[in-house]
Amino acid sequence: MRILLVEDDKDAAAYLVRALREAGHVADHAADGELGQVMAGDGNYDVLVVDRMLPKLDGLSMIGRLRKNGLQTPALILSALGQVDDRVVGLRAGGDDYLPKPYAFTELLARIEALGRRPATAATETVYRVGDLELDRLAHSVKRGGKDIVLQAREFRLLEYLMRHAGQVVTRTMLLENVWDYHFDPQTNVIDVHVSRLRSKIDKGFDRPLLHTVRGAGYMIRDGAR
Amino acid sequence: MTALGKLFRTTAFKLAAGLLAVFVVAAVLGLGYVVWQSGRVIQAQIASTVDAETSNLITRYDSSGFLGLLRDIEARARQPGSFLYLVTAPNGEPLIGNIGSLPPGIIDKTGSRETEYGPLNDQRSNASAHVKVSVLPNGFRLLVGRDLAERRRFAEVLAGQILGGLALVTLVGLAGGLVVARRVLVRLDEMTETSRTIMAGNLSRRLPMAGTGDEFDRLATATNQMLDRIGGLMVELRQVTDNVAHDLKTPLTRLRNRAEEALRTAKTEEEFRATLDQVIDESDDLIRTFNTMLLIARTESDTAVDIMAPVDAAELIESVAELYEPLAEDAEVELKVSAVAGARVRGNRELLGQALANLVDNALKYSTGDDGKGGPVEVAVEGERNVVRFIVADRGPGIPAEDRERALERFVRLESSRSRPGSGLGLSLANAVAIQHGGKLVLSDNRPGLRVTMELPRLTDNGAA
Repeated sequence: MRILLVEDDKDAAAYLVRALREAGHVADHAADGELGQVMAGDGNYDVLVVDRMLPKLDGLSMIGRLRKNGLQTPALILSALGQVDDRVVGLRAGGDDYLPKPYAFTELLARIEALGRRPATAATETVYRVGDLELDRLAHSVKRGGKDIVLQAREFRLLEYLMRHAGQVVTRTMLLENVWDYHFDPQTNVIDVHVSRLRSKIDKGFDRPLLHTVRGAGYMIRDGAR
Repeated sequence: MTALGKLFRTTAFKLAAGLLAVFVVAAVLGLGYVVWQSGRVIQAQIASTVDAETSNLITRYDSSGFLGLLRDIEARARQPGSFLYLVTAPNGEPLIGNIGSLPPGIIDKTGSRETEYGPLNDQRSNASAHVKVSVLPNGFRLLVGRDLAERRRFAEVLAGQILGGLALVTLVGLAGGLVVARRVLVRLDEMTETSRTIMAGNLSRRLPMAGTGDEFDRLATATNQMLDRIGGLMVELRQVTDNVAHDLKTPLTRLRNRAEEALRTAKTEEEFRATLDQVIDESDDLIRTFNTMLLIARTESDTAVDIMAPVDAAELIESVAELYEPLAEDAEVELKVSAVAGARVRGNRELLGQALANLVDNALKYSTGDDGKGGPVEVAVEGERNVVRFIVADRGPGIPAEDRERALERFVRLESSRSRPGSGLGLSLANAVAIQHGGKLVLSDNRPGLRVTMELPRLTDNGAA
């Protein structure tokens, strides 16, 4: 994935570029908003990671200009301002995701990958499949190896989100945001409990677990054999 | 700035001086009018006496003839303060009279007018008179007049007195202005001086009061109240800073110790990794605590009002309960949910959700006894005509009545809660959110346990909160 990082803090930028390259991505860096706009303008990148406060042209204005020019590259906004209204402002300005500082790199990486691989088809696909697990979005049914699995509504949405991002790391906050529509930190490991419940329903009694815990990051659903 | 200069610069003095100026202008205009009018009246009076004297003399001519008239004039002219008389021949040659000289041509025109004249036996050159010239039936001319010196003297006296009076008024006015200004200045100087002392750091000083209840006292009262409030906030701030420092210092120390210990004792990469993982977890806890503190501060400064929308109370509490339900099950605590349908509040779903989540989280934590089992946690929404109550009640140790108020203060953590996991700021946050939404948070005894009630204004169907 080609990633453009627009960030004025040199140390943070160097660290992120290194870490993103280690994770197998191509990462470039722009130190201010104007340069960022120029570099992103050609549409050469899959994801933009934009700090909110930048010299010359602030992050939100930069994204606003790019959107006005018709650029659709997904943008993730990084900000030291992490409150509810800041997020709303950021997303209204054309950002696709919002991550308050300080953040864990795993969280950032997971979100970048979720943004960059956001497949246009997935939203319209009615049946998601991972290994022998099958989720029918219209019929609201889940089967594994042909056997019906009964899930509660929330569990269904949780699995649906995980399967839409099959093969990608999904963090706890991403789950809370997308499955429960909350953007706060629930203090306790509530998400873990929900996931372990779901896991007991879809993996228990099968040889090959599909729902994996990614240490220090979150969860991933994938067919282990692949 | 000299003391006098300061006095002249005061608003009170400027005000007095301004009013005085307006008064003086008005007085000059008014009195000037009076003087002008009196002049006109005197003038008319002089004209009518001259007319009367003329017709008197003409009557005398009719009864006693020309010679009788001349004799009469001679007699009248000799009396002190008499009219001015002159009789001339038709060619203008003076016959008799008590006038020394006249400008040429005056005697030729009949009728009344003012003119200069030379008095008889008098060196005054600029004497003036009101005269009336008439033609006698024999063609001789008769001039009767009255000296105007009297009128002028009257006007001069009047003007002098008026000016004197005005000068007196001006002097008294200025002096009064200075006195008033000085009084005001003294009070203001006291206030300014006290304010400087306060600014210099002596926050316990208060503005002096005269006890008269005047506008200065009112200003002083308001300012003193403001100072009290600021003082209160300062104390609060110090307390908050202490609490924040404590809340952040403890985990930071733990973090540091852990890293230090790893450096000292860890041998294998495994061990280092394990420590680093722990360090990251601790940092996350710190960040979480910090975020909550920021959120409370932000909530109190009221910045999220613009993203408030109608929120369904039952839906909200059910979604929060649903989020925590598996956790409760794991903790073997029953989570009872009861919510009346249809009650709505105007609010920020995100903040309300977080506040309620904190309350439920706390309730679950405190309900869990040492044996791993605990009493049920009740979560409910009650709706009344004007209020919606969100209730979270547990069967834990509760909070003693005397500590309840303190528990809601921001960033205050009761000693007993410091040993528990989590940031322990849940109640402070819920309180801040409740207040921001125009409601309140009430802590009460659940016999046993803690019952937290968040009371918010109910949103009626027509949209009014």
